Amino acid sequence: MKIFRISGGIHPKGNKELSAEKAIEPVPMPSVLRIPLQQHIGAPAVPIVAKGDVVKKGQLLAIARGAVSAPVHAPTSGRIVAIGRFVAPHASGLPGATITMRPDRRDEWGERLPALDPATAEPSALAERVGSCGIVGMGGATFPSAVKLNLRSRHALHTLVINAAECEPYLTCDDRLMRERTDDVFDGIRIMAKALGVAKVLIAIEGNKPEALAALTGAARATGDKSVAVVKVPTRYPMGSEKHLVQTLTGLETPARALTADIGIVVHNVATAYAVYKAVRLGEPLISRIVTVSGKAMVRTGNFEVLIGTPIHHLISHCGGHVEEPARLLLGGPMMGQPISSTRASIVKGSNGVLALAESEVPSGKTMPCIRCTACVVACPCGLAPFDMAQRIRNDELDGAVKIGLLDCLSCGSCAWVCPSHVPLVQYFNYAKGKLTAEQRAKHKQEETKRLSQFRDMRMDKLKKAKQEAMAKMMAEREAKKKAELAEAADEAKVTE
Amino acid sequence: MSMATPLGGPFTHSGASISRTMTLVMAALLPATIFGLYQFGWPAIFLFLVTVVSAVLAEFLALRMAGKPVMPFISDGSAMLTGWLIAMSLPPWAPWWVGVLGSFIAILLAKHPFDGIGQNLFNPAMVARTVLLISFPVEMTRFVAPMPLGSADAPGFISALEITFGLGSHFDAMSSASFLGSVKTQLGQAERLPDILASGYHPFALAFGTVSGSTGETSALFLLAGGLFLLATRIISWHIPIAMIITMVALSGIFHFIDPNHFLGPVMELSSGTFIFATFFIATDYVTAPSTPLGKLIFGAGVAALTFLIRTFAAYPEGVAFSILLMNATVPIIDHTIRPRIYGRTRKGVPIQHKPK
Ligand code: SF4
Ligand code: SF4
Repeated sequence: MKIFRISGGIHPKGNKELSAEKAIEPVPMPSVLRIPLQQHIGAPAVPIVAKGDVVKKGQLLAIARGAVSAPVHAPTSGRIVAIGRFVAPHASGLPGATITMRPDRRDEWGERLPALDPATAEPSALAERVGSCGIVGMGGATFPSAVKLNLRSRHALHTLVINAAECEPYLTCDDRLMRERTDDVFDGIRIMAKALGVAKVLIAIEGNKPEALAALTGAARATGDKSVAVVKVPTRYPMGSEKHLVQTLTGLETPARALTADIGIVVHNVATAYAVYKAVRLGEPLISRIVTVSGKAMVRTGNFEVLIGTPIHHLISHCGGHVEEPARLLLGGPMMGQPISSTRASIVKGSNGVLALAESEVPSGKTMPCIRCTACVVACPCGLAPFDMAQRIRNDELDGAVKIGLLDCLSCGSCAWVCPSHVPLVQYFNYAKGKLTAEQRAKHKQEETKRLSQFRDMRMDKLKKAKQEAMAKMMAEREAKKKAELAEAADEAKVTE
Repeated sequence: MSMATPLGGPFTHSGASISRTMTLVMAALLPATIFGLYQFGWPAIFLFLVTVVSAVLAEFLALRMAGKPVMPFISDGSAMLTGWLIAMSLPPWAPWWVGVLGSFIAILLAKHPFDGIGQNLFNPAMVARTVLLISFPVEMTRFVAPMPLGSADAPGFISALEITFGLGSHFDAMSSASFLGSVKTQLGQAERLPDILASGYHPFALAFGTVSGSTGETSALFLLAGGLFLLATRIISWHIPIAMIITMVALSGIFHFIDPNHFLGPVMELSSGTFIFATFFIATDYVTAPSTPLGKLIFGAGVAALTFLIRTFAAYPEGVAFSILLMNATVPIIDHTIRPRIYGRTRKGVPIQHKPK
């Protein structure tokens, strides 16, 4: 298949050899599971259980709220011991609403949804199943998958792209999943294609995963399904960016501020496909995921099947702890992942990696002034001028930064990766984006207040007017009455005369 | 702004650094430099040392005055490179004070008043060269014919000290005009170009560098090799060099074709003077060049066109330094007008329209 070139991008050291050959292993049951209610983009889920409740594995704990949200299920059987705020797996370390449960170690399934046969099920039923099983994009973006499977109603879709690029260094969880559970993954992909009603599926895998490529190619051949093509894409970061992946595969550039669906293409992560398989074929909600544990500060690296809600420290100690005090502890890959503020935080649906990087793996450059070398311009896959945006942000010219593309930035970090001056470019961009969102929110609030007060004024005006009108009417009536009485009296007088 | 945000990625890095870049540029300069110093002997070596040391000294003073941390900036290698580039563009037997003055002008007038590295509008080495040329035309145009180290005519260590640090008494006897200078003079005397060239200039001598000139203008071939090394290591992009070379070849080619008696051909123009040196080592200076590929093409074409015009029609035989400074002044406008195309948008910045297949 013809591959199209995208501009920009970088070739960071993969470091995948640290875990690529380690088969997926289960993790012993932790003594406590802490399940955040916000594991997806959108509104947090709303709990329907209470402290003290005894729940079964797979039981619904919290329901989705609104159109963009996802429900949360019990990863095992046990007792709910708390519902409250707990440290969330965010860089901020701010607490979020969390259900805490104590496993009873019996791991008993509750009622499971009946299996669906994708051959006979309605596409909308498949999407609904994905939604009710709490599946979200598992590549890290955590967008509720059902919403993306329902795009058919509003867009003319023709292609499903499966993002199996796994372009972040260190991460091998998708690689292992494809190698070890090939048929299930492939089945999930075909179910998604069915739900979307597309005629063509492209599975994109970076060239540095030959085994996964071979496995899925074999699966495609075995089914004889000609509509599915497995495509080897160049090993180049950020190949996993939706729009760039689509362009690499089809040559189509997604317009700014638009979705790939606007050009007829939907992108789903390969791990999501596996979750879809489980939801549709087995009726199992999303209660576990594959996580890569890696980094030279780890005693043992590997790929693990981890229950959602497992404390990060449990996973780390299962891997033997650290060789040395890690210089960096990250959730996700080293390019776009986040520092872990507390290892008491949990593995959630979007957690693809726990990395403990040793001193030797962490860049140590001092930040120097920008020398306008334009390496960042060359590296940016979005055609931006990062040094210029950073300069404007530094001068507090947020509007200027927006004008030259700040909101088109992916925060992929390619620019900062190449910068010889170690300018923390992404930090500038994230700071500015955060500030803009806050400003917008404040403006929104202000407008809302204004609207409300205007509304009140209007109501008062109306009331006043109504009162006045009523008064005037009364006066008029009284006047008329008086006149009539007078006239009557006069008439009477006339008569008597 | 304040950076009270939580620390964000990426948590990995390419390993690039300013000092690595500067080191690679110096490595690229090394063959041409060694050859030049060999050709012009001890006086050139002394001048080189004087210039480099005084550039670092000037940087130190400037950092101290600005209250900036000295170590990280001195060790980035940028001041050393500036001194090196100045040494390359001076007549190799110039007296020591020319070198010191050049470095001080570059660092203290062209670099630090603009707030140091990354901020200066004009290329420091070219500012230094231009100010020196205007202020000290005699010292700046007094060249010598190559006398390789160890050859019979070459000055020994002691007499070299005399040449660089003394009063330059036995200098005049040996002075010789640079190639472009003498061509200009002789053309001015209504001679025909082929006759002038026939009297002893060979394109090969110009390319290899066995002619008089500044250290950095002699060996076009060694400089070209260094330039290719910079391209291969991606320290520089091809846009500026290619635009410069093509423009120079086109302009000189056209004029030479029309009147070969008065205009040097492309080969001569490329291999003489500091053109190749400037193409790879000066015009490509990050700080003072445009930031987009298209901007770089325009900049390179501008430098070459101006160089050709100055060399051919103006009073100075060599025009590279002026041209670079003039084009430096246009960089803010170029960068303002020519922006990279943002993904998913047209050059004008509006979202692209999709024609359904
Ligand atoms: S972080 Fe933004 S500016 Fe930097 S390379 Fe990625 S998209 Fe471009
Ligand atoms: S890579 Fe760094 S030094 Fe180079 S232009 Fe970009 S911000 Fe400046």
